[in-house]
Amino acid sequence: MRVLVCVKRVPAPGAKINLTADGQAVDTAYLAFTTSPHEECAVEAAVQLVEQSGGESTVLTLGPTQADEQLRYAASIGINKAVLLSIETAEWDPQRTASAIASAIRDVEATDGAFDIVLFGNESADSGNFQVGVRVAHALGRPMVNGVKGIEIDASSVRARREADAGVEVYSLQMPVVLGVKEGINLPRYPTLKGRLASKKVEVAQVAPVGERGGQQMITLVQAAEQVSQTIVLGHGPEAAPAVVDLLEELGILK
Amino acid sequence: MTVLVVIEHDRGTLAPASLEALAAALRLDPHVEALTIGATADALAPELAAHGAAVVHQVHAAVLSDYGPEAWGEVVAQAVRVLRPTVVLACGTDRGNEVMAQAAARLDLPMVANCVEIDAATWTITRVRWGGSLLEQCTLSAATKLVTFAHHSHEATPSVAAGAVVSLVVELDPSLSRTVVTERVERTAGVTLATAPLVVGGGRAVGSAEGFAPLEALAARLGGVVGCSRAVTNNGWRNHTDQVGQTGTRIAPDLYIACGISGAIQHWVGAMASKQILAINTDPEANMVTKADYAVIGDLHTVVPAITAEIIRRNG
Ligand SMILES: Cc1cc2nc3c(=O)[nH]c(=O)nc-3n(C[C@H](O)[C@H](O)[C@H](O)COP(=O)(O)OP(=O)(O)OC[C@H]3O[C@@H](n4cnc5c(N)ncnc54)[C@H](O)[C@@H]3O)c2cc1C
Ligand SMILES: Nc1ncnc2c1ncn2[C@@H]1O[C@H](COP(=O)(O)O)[C@@H](O)[C@H]1O
Repeated sequence: MRVLVCVKRVPAPGAKINLTADGQAVDTAYLAFTTSPHEECAVEAAVQLVEQSGGESTVLTLGPTQADEQLRYAASIGINKAVLLSIETAEWDPQRTASAIASAIRDVEATDGAFDIVLFGNESADSGNFQVGVRVAHALGRPMVNGVKGIEIDASSVRARREADAGVEVYSLQMPVVLGVKEGINLPRYPTLKGRLASKKVEVAQVAPVGERGGQQMITLVQAAEQVSQTIVLGHGPEAAPAVVDLLEELGILK
Repeated sequence: MTVLVVIEHDRGTLAPASLEALAAALRLDPHVEALTIGATADALAPELAAHGAAVVHQVHAAVLSDYGPEAWGEVVAQAVRVLRPTVVLACGTDRGNEVMAQAAARLDLPMVANCVEIDAATWTITRVRWGGSLLEQCTLSAATKLVTFAHHSHEATPSVAAGAVVSLVVELDPSLSRTVVTERVERTAGVTLATAPLVVGGGRAVGSAEGFAPLEALAARLGGVVGCSRAVTNNGWRNHTDQVGQTGTRIAPDLYIACGISGAIQHWVGAMASKQILAINTDPEANMVTKADYAVIGDLHTVVPAITAEIIRRNG
């Protein structure tokens, strides 16, 4: 079984997202970087698939050279190989990103063999375009289901489960497949010390990204209107309980 | 300008989000057309007309008996080729975004997800990032504009139109059935996190799975459910189905009682639609406290049981 997982390096803001003065980017001066929780789960799913069925897993990202950090994190929990499509900016538009990833997949497959399963996150944490995985799947002519919260493998078929408004839907797919994974499909493991050390030695293959600019172009980022609130402090410690219950009665929650 | 709205339904049951998409479409142009996919959706035409659809295009094919992202996306792509709309609009739900992305891939056109505002004169669009914590302005240049509207950014509005029914003929390759739903397990009825009138949320400070028992007791007293932060699910204390936030569930209760939750932006975005928020936190400067309507400053482990005890004292 050969599995590929695509991740994106994104900042990890805390209480507020601050912007650079020119409004072109999130101010990351004091921020750490991460991958989206959806993609962390996709990485964990890739590691589990190879643990179950044997084979090899690869992680791929398109991003600045610093995205090496996210590739090595994936390697530290058990991914075998890494591919970096290095770009000058923090991100490319979604059409361009997808065409670069699709063409890199074709290149890697031409030398190393086809991937049975290509995993994405349901959506990227920062831009949330909800499309890169779908576009890549279409370019490769493979079936794609997004929002997957369960994967079961049986010989050459994949049962993908997802939660919909009406209940749980099951898709029965034939490999090779492309799946977009949602957080909750698994609980990603933490890297061990041994894993961390091993990840330092993983070779990161550099592939030059190729893709035409798409029709969606960012002009600027804008803060969302902040909800300001005059917080009413009902009290301190357990002595505040009567005031809380008064409030519950006032709001009609407790009758 | 022709605006075509892709109607989302589940085996003929209309997704309320589709009415939001119609409302968003009417703000772009008074003449709005709707596309329903599969025979199970034929009966929706009068309701769509009652929400502003002047024409309803109906599509029939064997592979459309249930939802399938590729088959639905191919239908939208063919509708664009035949009807040549200026804009195609859907609601930015899981299915809405998935179908539009499939259509965009097939047409090799851009697709802008989760818009809140469109200036159709310049095609400058405001869309949400970070699940709604940040906005982006972008331009969209394409022969046909494919966009989804952020869920809940528009309200469904009654607006009567002709609702003329037209059938749209499509050729669907039988291989598109490869991604059609093959099995379903219906949800059992009951209060869900997304629809609960009251949510008691617990964060890292709860400390353990067992630590949630007092929160469960309070929620049960108030007819609500328990939610949690990602720190809690990451620790394996609760199932991910209880997680509130950007990568969890968006809640909108009458009251959200957030206990020992710092209010990181990714949690806040899932909680901000709550009508009222009461934060219980030892830190008066915590983001959850400063953004809440009400706060109790203190240790949740003593405050929460005291509230339940007071309710019992008053109501028995
Ligand atoms: C892309 C991305 C997506 C994310 N999505 C989500 C999401 O969907 N949902 C989510 O929740 N998070 C999400 N996160 C994680 C988020 O950034 C925070 O890490 C997380 O919400 C923190 O959880 P917490 O508030 O429980 O913990 P902490 O931030 O550790 O806060 C604990 C709080 O408890 C208070 N406290 C301590 N002791 C007590 C006590 N005895 N009594 C009362 N209060 C006490 C502290 O003052 C503090 O405010 C996401 C992160 C990223 C990067
Ligand atoms: N720059 C990137 N590099 C690698 N994978 C990406 C990149 N951008 C998006 N993806 C993948 O595509 C998924 C969907 O992204 P998006 O369409 O931006 O919401 C993400 O969850 C990632 O798995």
